[in-house]
Amino acid sequence: MGRRDSAETAKQRLKLVLINDRTNLNARVLEEMKDELIEVISRHVSIDATEVQITMKHEGREQRLICDIPVMPK
Amino acid sequence: MSAHIITITSGKGGVGKTTATANISVGLAEMGKKVTCIDSDIGLRNLDVVLGLENRIVYDLVDVVEGRCKVNQAMIRDKRFENLFLIPAAQTRDKNAITPKEMVTLCESIREEMDFILIDSPAGIEGGFKNAIAPADEAIVITNPDVSAVRDADRIIGLIEAAEKGPARLILNRVNPEMVKRGDMMESDDVLELLAIKLLGIVPDDDNVLISTNKGQPVVLNEKSRAGQAFKNIAERLNGKEVPFLDINAKDDFMKRLSRVFGKEN
Repeated sequence: MGRRDSAETAKQRLKLVLINDRTNLNARVLEEMKDELIEVISRHVSIDATEVQITMKHEGREQRLICDIPVMPK
Repeated sequence: MSAHIITITSGKGGVGKTTATANISVGLAEMGKKVTCIDSDIGLRNLDVVLGLENRIVYDLVDVVEGRCKVNQAMIRDKRFENLFLIPAAQTRDKNAITPKEMVTLCESIREEMDFILIDSPAGIEGGFKNAIAPADEAIVITNPDVSAVRDADRIIGLIEAAEKGPARLILNRVNPEMVKRGDMMESDDVLELLAIKLLGIVPDDDNVLISTNKGQPVVLNEKSRAGQAFKNIAERLNGKEVPFLDINAKDDFMKRLSRVFGKEN
């Protein structure tokens, strides 16, 4: 593959670079935010901290943070 | 008459802003439109040489702003089209010689006499860009299909939106169809998806662009050049006509002749 797929490599690399450029959010900051969210939400409801996911979704030029937090059954 | 003011910008340098400004201006003039193009790259003047008008400069943009001449004295008439004018940048000053407000005033002062005013922006995201975008009704972002040019284009699109001059449209310049075909160059759909903006034109990589610039004759005047045809189509689209996008994979003249030799003309 290598050389033949370099356009696809460029596209995938750019996807990640542009998300960072547009929001100033890198993987480290996202992890920090996730830890803080878990702490706050756990104060009110019991959640499965290991399954919490925080992701960036983009529609056109709009960025959206999506947080998926599984709540534990009572 | 009230001109539509268009700023051509890119973020990154060397992707084809000045070439695009010159060719779109000439393309619009060829259609009979009254056009003024303004070189706002103060200190790095270039639109004059691309248009072949470098020997006619007496006054420049900064002379107008600082009151040393009237705006029409700095408007150099093109030698091919009497309805095309250039306001050159000052070469011995820097970007701080003018302000965004002064650019707006200058453009407004000639707006009623023109159909189009095209502003060639300097590279970068600082003062020079802010001067160039201030008077704009619309912005065109030009980029090449490489990672650094696309990344910088994304930055400039964000700044255009922040300045409430969006949505910008994109010119993808220097596309090499052979490289796209073998998967080594991003195609227009990839770049449009990444940047999430509308396409204004695709310009193929074409030796005729450099040859034309060498002579000071914009490539849009060369009927046989594919890049020239692409710029002509962009001018038509800016004038409100719907023109289909060039098929970047269409065989060039050499390939046509070759296939004729082998009896496979298609």
